[in-house]
Parts: sequence; C-alpha cells; structure tokens
Amino acid sequence: MDLATLLQVLDSTVRLATPLLLACLAGLYSERAGIFDIGLEGKMLAAAFLSAAVAAVTGSVWLGLGAGILAALLMALIHGLASITFRGNQLISGVAINFLAAGLTVVIAQDWFQQGGRTPSLMGGARFEAITLPLAETLRAVPVFGPIYHDLISGHTIPVYFAFAMVPVTWWVLFRTRFGLRLRAVGESPEALDTAGVSVIRTRYAAVLICGVLCGIAGAYLATALQAGFSKDMTAGRGYIALAALIFAKWRPWHALMATMLFGLLQAVALRYQSLELGRVTVPVQAMDALPYILTVVILAGFVGRAIPPRAGGEPYVKER
Amino acid sequence: MERMPKWADVLLIPLISLILAFALSALVIVAIGEDPVNAVRLMVTGALGSTYGWGYTLYYATNFIFTGLAVAVAFHARLFNIGGEGQATLGGLGVALICLALPWPHWGLALPAAVIASALFGAAWAAIPAWLQATRGSHIVITTIMFNFIAGALLNYMLVNVMRPMGSMDPATAKFPEGTNLPTLHEVLAPIGINFSKAAPANVTLLIALAACVLVWLLIWRTRLGYEIRALGQSAPAAVYAGIRPVRIVMLAMLVSGALAGMMAVNNVMGEAERLVLNAVEGAGFIGIAVALMGRNHPFGVLLAALLFGFLYQGGAELALWTSIPREMIVVIQALVILFTGALDNMVRAPLERAFMAIGRGRG
Repeated sequence: MDLATLLQVLDSTVRLATPLLLACLAGLYSERAGIFDIGLEGKMLAAAFLSAAVAAVTGSVWLGLGAGILAALLMALIHGLASITFRGNQLISGVAINFLAAGLTVVIAQDWFQQGGRTPSLMGGARFEAITLPLAETLRAVPVFGPIYHDLISGHTIPVYFAFAMVPVTWWVLFRTRFGLRLRAVGESPEALDTAGVSVIRTRYAAVLICGVLCGIAGAYLATALQAGFSKDMTAGRGYIALAALIFAKWRPWHALMATMLFGLLQAVALRYQSLELGRVTVPVQAMDALPYILTVVILAGFVGRAIPPRAGGEPYVKER
Repeated sequence: MERMPKWADVLLIPLISLILAFALSALVIVAIGEDPVNAVRLMVTGALGSTYGWGYTLYYATNFIFTGLAVAVAFHARLFNIGGEGQATLGGLGVALICLALPWPHWGLALPAAVIASALFGAAWAAIPAWLQATRGSHIVITTIMFNFIAGALLNYMLVNVMRPMGSMDPATAKFPEGTNLPTLHEVLAPIGINFSKAAPANVTLLIALAACVLVWLLIWRTRLGYEIRALGQSAPAAVYAGIRPVRIVMLAMLVSGALAGMMAVNNVMGEAERLVLNAVEGAGFIGIAVALMGRNHPFGVLLAALLFGFLYQGGAELALWTSIPREMIVVIQALVILFTGALDNMVRAPLERAFMAIGRGRG
C-alpha cells in the first residue's frame, strides 16, 4: 500500500469516525452523570432528519444544524423526564427513544417531502463545505508532511474539526472545572453531592442536555456533511457503535478518541475492500462489520483490562426523607 | 396498608398508559393531515374484518408471543434481555440448517426437530451474554445489543458465503424441501368446517406459541426454578441468603429466554418464508420488549399484548396501502407504548396511588 492509498483510507477514517466521536462524547457526559443512554442512535437520527429538512427548506446549513440540535434536545428532554424526574428505567427509555425517532422521522419526512421517507438532496449552502486550511496548497510539495497536511488534516468540514476540539474540551470540563467534578460525583455517589447542597436533578439534567447537543451535531453532520440529505435509518447503528466505543474507552475522553478512530478505521476498510487478504487468510467483510461489537464484548468481559461503569449509573436518585 | 388494589396495578395502569400512547399517536395522524377515526376503522377491517386479515394478525402475534415471553422470563430475574433479535436470528439459522440437512418425509417429524434446533441455537446465543453477566458482571443489556449486531453479521456471512445455492445471486438459502412445509390455519381448520383464508401465513406454530404461554406460566409460578428466578429478581441478597445460586439462575433464566426467542424462527422461517433470508426477524425481537412491558411479564398478558401488536402490524400495513400514513406509524405507536408502559410508568402510577390513598382515607 502506498502513501496515497493510505492517506485515502485515513481520510475516510476521519470522516466516518466524526459522528462516532461526537456521539461517544455525548454518551460520556450522560453516563458519567449516572444516566445510561442507549438512545444515542435515536437522538442522532432525529437530528439528522430535522437538520436535513430545515436545510433543504431554507437552504442554510446553519439553520439546519440549529434545528438538528433542537430535535436531539427534545429527545434528550424525554429521556431526562423519564429517567430523572419520573425515575423510570433508563434503558427502556432509551429503547423507546430509538423507536420514536426511527418511526417519526419517516412519518414526518413522507408527509413533508413525499419522497418515500427521504428529504430532497441538499446542494450548495445547505451542506457543510470542506474547508482548506491555510498554506495547504503551498506545503503540498513538501515530501511526506505535505500530502499528510493537504490530504488528511486539511479539507474537512467544520463539524469534523469541532469534534476533534471537543476531546480536550471535554477532558478539561470534566476533570478541571467545578461543574465537571460535580458531574462525575453525581454519577458515582449522588447522595454525597446532595449532602454538599448541590442539586442532583439539575446536574443530571445538564449532563443529559449536553448529550443532546452533541448528538444533534453528530446527526446534522451525518445528513448535511457526510451525506447530502436524510434517508430512512441513516444512522445505521452508529449510535450503538458509539456506545461500544464509550465502553471500549472506559468512559474517558482521550480514549474515546482512540476507540472511535479505531472503529472508524474498521468502517473505512470495510467500505473500501470487500474482503481483506492478510497473508494466506482472507478476512470477510462481515468480520470487519462485527469486530467493534466483538471487541466491546471482550473488553466488557474484563479479560483485557476491565471496564467498570460509573457506580451510580442506571440508578434513579431518591432523596432520603 | 396496600397503596393500591391489585386490579388497578394489573389493569388500570396499563390501560391508562395505552390510552395515552394511542392519544398521542392520533395526534401524530391528525398532524400529517389524516383522519384518526377513519384510520382506526381501516385498521380494524384490514386486520380483523376477514379471515385473511386474521391470518396475518395471528401470524404476527405468534412471533410476538415468543419474543414477548423471552423478554418476560428474563425480566422475572431482573435481566433485561434486549437480544431477542439476535437470538431469533440464530434460531432461524438453526431451523434452516435442520430443514436443509435431511430429506424430511413429513412435517410432523420436521416440526419437533426444528423446534429443538431453533431453541438450542437461540439459547446458545443467549448463553455467552448470560455467562458474562453471571460471572464477570458485564452488563447484559450492552452485551445482548452487541450480540444482535454480531448475529446480523454472522447471518450475512452464512447466507452470502456458505448457504447460498450455487449460481444464485440472492443472499438466501434454497427453498426448504416439501416435507418441512407446515400446515397453515386453512389446513388446520378445514376439517372442523371453518373456511380460513388460504393466502394468510398463520400456521400450526400458533399452537406451539399458546403451549409456550402455558409452559412459561407453569415454569414461573409452579416450579422450584421459577420460584428461584423470581426470588433472585426481587432481591439478590435475600436469594443468596436462602441458598439460591445466582450464577445458575441467571444462566438458566437466560437460556430459557434465548430458547423462546429462537423458537420464533419456526413461525417466520419455516412456517412463512420456507427459506432463510437476510433480516428475517424484522424487528420482532424488539417488539417483544413492548409486549412484555404491556403484558406485565405475565404469559396471559403477553398473549393479549401480542394479539394487540399483531393487530397493529397488520392494520398498519393496510393503512399504508389505503392512506398516506406510512408503515412506520406502527413504530411510533410501539415507541409510545414502550415509553408510557415502561419508562414513564411512575408518571401514571404516582397520581393513581395518591388518588387511591385519598379514597382509602375517606373510607377509614
């Protein structure tokens, strides 16, 4: 494999890993605050639809992005209502949200556009354009570094750079701010936070809403940057892969970057090669599709470094009287 | 003092949740410019107005009884088996392998073999997540989700690379031999003088599903194992104190659950398609969650809820045919049912409890 091919695969890795990374960080905020979220998929899907629909109608990708975030926030609010206010089962609520998004997006899309549950194809200002970083053209001639800078680092859309920037930001927020300390505390020991006079409910709602915003951006990226419009079930399990990455990363931001890049690479390779020849063994494409899930089960089993979730995860908080 | 009479818990709460879910669904239908009353009328005539409609309603219901029972059994041990989809996929693989392996002379021989194969394959697919939950503490919800995707990839591999007949482009197995074709309800009911639709896919598997309801009821409320499953679900420390081994119970409950989900394949793969195709389960594994939640994890409740969802599925298909309401409307209804009967249970329960307390105080 030469450098050009390698760069193409890595470039495609970055594009495919971006929605995973955003959704994974979204889940990180929620689960670190003790709210399990298997509804990442549904939130992304709702955002993908509404962003594409609004972008198609207004012609503005930024209005689309805003609408996408709103859609995901609405779903996050349902999740918060069910799992924080009414102390329901967070897993069941997540399942419900995934179905709600899967159904509603197609029903509404069909009503609005009459194109079999799709939005019209987005063009021009209704999509995120790739941006060229400064000096990319000038430095292109430089050996090795030039092509890497020009082909791999430059030439992506704004959400891609935003997703990468969110990794250090998330680390800083969670581990260097008071809000982050409280957020992590509410996921480990909510009664301690309650004793300290901080509202458990408010902290958890904040985490769930941040999760909604990030899922919204992930979904909008899918429909307005990676692809040009919404189609039925377009998230295609990405929310679950992000969930797997979150466990793989053991709920840590930098590891989340590594995990989503790895899973993005698997998707990029599966997309490019129908089957992979490794010496005498041929790896079928289905094995690469299944690998993120198999790796996650192995990690969960604790044979290779145990994954321990936040201690109060999944438990609704009941104030003692 | 009991905070609420039992009938309110078993009947009133699911009923109110259901009414809320249907009311919101009606609002969605109004919002897309259709008439909900007309929609209900179309659904009723489409799903229940002919033996053809009934045949589809009962066919879907048979699927949902199996997956609903699967979720319910696991729920009794406080395990959330979200992997019915994958277990039913593997069940289909088991059915296909056994049906294609031998030149079956008569369905009466093929049926028990297929039931056993599907149950074994489904149980095997549930065994690894169960074992990881029981011994390594890996969360069963996450592992069963992962196993759904792994099952999808495995089925894809088997159909494309192994089981596809020579020269066929279609990722599916060959048609099963004649001797494995199950009698439809038309053939079952003809001797007793009922002329049931020939075209509908409901078949003799329905009777197995009904028997499974009875057997699950016996298992949960009339056997030692059922008692131990419920005890573990109510309180793990108390169960351990009483000498119940949690690893054993988690394993057994999940094996039964996986076997039930796997047996769905007898209905859809052997009874309807008569060959194995990609994505044969079509989401029935997930509908099991809604069915178990609505049926309050009781086999009789599961049966009623499965009939309701069978009606919704067939009715929804009719809606898509005659109006501009797409099939996905059923997914919305299903989501709302899960939301209100599962996640937002306390929203309905708390005010009711307060009302009953007030009535109780008024009397005393």
